[in-house]
Amino acid sequence: MIEVQHLTKRYGRFTAVEDVSFRVERGEILGFLGPNGAGKSTTMRILTGYMPATEGKAIVAGYDVFAQPVEAKRRTGYLPETPPLYPDMTVLDYLTFVSKIKGVPASERKQRIKYVMERVRVADMAGRLCARLSKGYKQRVGLAQALIHNPDVLILDEPTAGLDPKQIIETRQLIKELAGDHTIILSTHILPEVSQTCERVVIINKGKVVAIDTPDNLTGRLRGAVSMFVEVDANGQDAAAIISRVAGVTGVNEAERHGSSIGFEVASEQGRDIRRELAQAVVSSGCGLLEMRPMRVSLEEIFLSLTTEESSAQAAEEPVNA
Amino acid sequence: MRNILAIAQKELKSYFASPIAYIVIGLFALLFGYFYAVMLQYFVRAGMNMNPMMGQQSLNINQDMLRPVMQNVTILLLFVLPAMTMRTYSEEKRSGTIELLLTSPVTDWEIILGKFFGALSLYGVMLAVTLVHMAVLFVYGQPEWKPIATTYLGLLLLGGSFLSVGLFISTLTTNQIVAYISTFALFLMLWVISWLGSFSAGMFTDVTAYLSIIEHFDDFTKGVLDTTHIIYYVSLITLGLFLTAKSVDTERWRG
Repeated sequence: MIEVQHLTKRYGRFTAVEDVSFRVERGEILGFLGPNGAGKSTTMRILTGYMPATEGKAIVAGYDVFAQPVEAKRRTGYLPETPPLYPDMTVLDYLTFVSKIKGVPASERKQRIKYVMERVRVADMAGRLCARLSKGYKQRVGLAQALIHNPDVLILDEPTAGLDPKQIIETRQLIKELAGDHTIILSTHILPEVSQTCERVVIINKGKVVAIDTPDNLTGRLRGAVSMFVEVDANGQDAAAIISRVAGVTGVNEAERHGSSIGFEVASEQGRDIRRELAQAVVSSGCGLLEMRPMRVSLEEIFLSLTTEESSAQAAEEPVNA
Repeated sequence: MRNILAIAQKELKSYFASPIAYIVIGLFALLFGYFYAVMLQYFVRAGMNMNPMMGQQSLNINQDMLRPVMQNVTILLLFVLPAMTMRTYSEEKRSGTIELLLTSPVTDWEIILGKFFGALSLYGVMLAVTLVHMAVLFVYGQPEWKPIATTYLGLLLLGGSFLSVGLFISTLTTNQIVAYISTFALFLMLWVISWLGSFSAGMFTDVTAYLSIIEHFDDFTKGVLDTTHIIYYVSLITLGLFLTAKSVDTERWRG
C-alpha cells in the first residue's frame, strides 16, 4: 500500500532524512518511532506530498507521490502535528470545506460528514468554533478531517501528543478500529504507544532507519537469551542452587530479597522453555513458588540502545544483563 | 474549477468571520461618502456661480465631480487593499493550515486562484457599496453611464493588481504586518515612479510613466478604453499570480 524507496531529504547541507526505505501492507498499522528531530515529520510530509524529496521514490496507494500528486493525495488522509484547523470556522463548516477540497461528491457530503463526526465523537461540537475547542477535541476534529474522504492511507503525526491519559487511550482505540479499513502510519516518541497500537515499528534516528520489525521481535532480538523472574519463599534452603540445577538454566542472579522471599533473574538457553521444570524443581524442593514471569526488555531499552551507539555496544557485549 | 470556488468561498467567509471585512468595507464606505459629499458640494457651488449667459462650457458631472472622487478613491485603495491580502498565505503558514491545503488533492494554481478570487470578491463587495452613490446621481442628474462603467472596470483592474501582488508578498512571510507594509510600500513606489522621469524627457520618462500604476488609471475615468492600459493591469495581475505560484513551489522545496 505504501512503498518508500531510498528516500533522502536535504536542506542545504543538512540531511533530514537519509536513504529511508520501508513498505506497509494493506490494513497494517506501522509505528514510526524516533526522538524529536529524527526525521519522522519530514518523512511523513514527503509521503503526503507536502514537500518533495531530494532523492528517492514514494508510492502511496499505487500512485507515485511526486509524479501523480493529486491522485496520491486523493487516497491519503493526513493529520499533521498541529491539527490544521481554521480558528474562525465552526466544526461543521470546517469539515464541509475540507470535504469539498478533498473531492467528496456533493451528494455524499452530508452523510459522510455525519458519519465521520460520529466516528471520532465530535458530533456534539458541530456548531462550536474551532478556536474554542479543547486540545482533545481539536485533535479529534483533525482526525475527522483526515478521514473525511475515506482514504486508503492514513498518516498521523503524533496523534496523541498533548492529550490527557483518557483521551490517549480513546485515540489509540480509535486508531486500532480504523486499521482494518485503512492502512495507517503513525509517528510517536512515546514507546508504549507503539507496542500497544502498532503491528510493525520503524525506528528512525538522525534521519536513518535503525530497525524495522514487530514490537515483539524487537524485544526478543535485543536479548540473546530468554530471562525469567522467579520469586520463591526459600524456607531456609539454598534456592539459588536448586534453580541452577534445573536443566537449561544458564545463570541465576539474585535480584531482590524481602525476609525469606527471594527474587531471582533466571537466564536460560535460547528457544528452550524451562518454566515447567523450574516450577517443579522449586515446589518439590519444599520452597514456595510466589511468582514466575518472563522478563521482557521494554521498548524504551531497545529504543535507547538502538538510538545511542554507546549503550548498543554495551547491550551486545552483555546481552543477558542488559 | 470546483476547488477554486470552494477555496474562494472559504476565503470570503473568513474575511467576514474576522473584523477585516467590516473595517475595510466600513471605513472605505465612510471615506468614499466623504469625498463624494465634498466633491458634490464643489460641483453644486461651481454650477451656481456659473453664468449661462457667458457661453461657458457647461459643467459635466462625470468629468467635474466623479473623476476627482475616483482619483481620491485610488489613494484609499493604496491603504485598504494590502489589508485584504496580508493574511492570505501568512496566516495559513502561521497556523499550519497550509499543510491541509498542500496535502489536499488540489493543485497550487487552484489554491492561488481561489485565494485571488476570494479577495477580489471582497473588493467587489466593497465597490458595490459605492453603487448606491452612483444611483443617487442617476436619480437627481443625468450622468453618462459609460464613463462610470469604464471607471469601475479600471478600479477592478487596478485593485486586482494590488491583490495579486499582495498575495505574492503574503507568501514570503508569516507576519501580517510585514506583508501589509511591504505591499503598501511596493505600490507607493509604483505610484510615484513616474516622478523620476518628470525632470527629463525621452525614453526614461516614457518608461517610468508606463510603469506607474496610476498613470494607466486616468483614461478609464475619462471613459476611454485603451488596450495599453488593460494589458498593463492584466500583465501585472498575471505576474503577481505567477510569482505567488513560484513562491509557493519554492517554499515547498525548502520545507
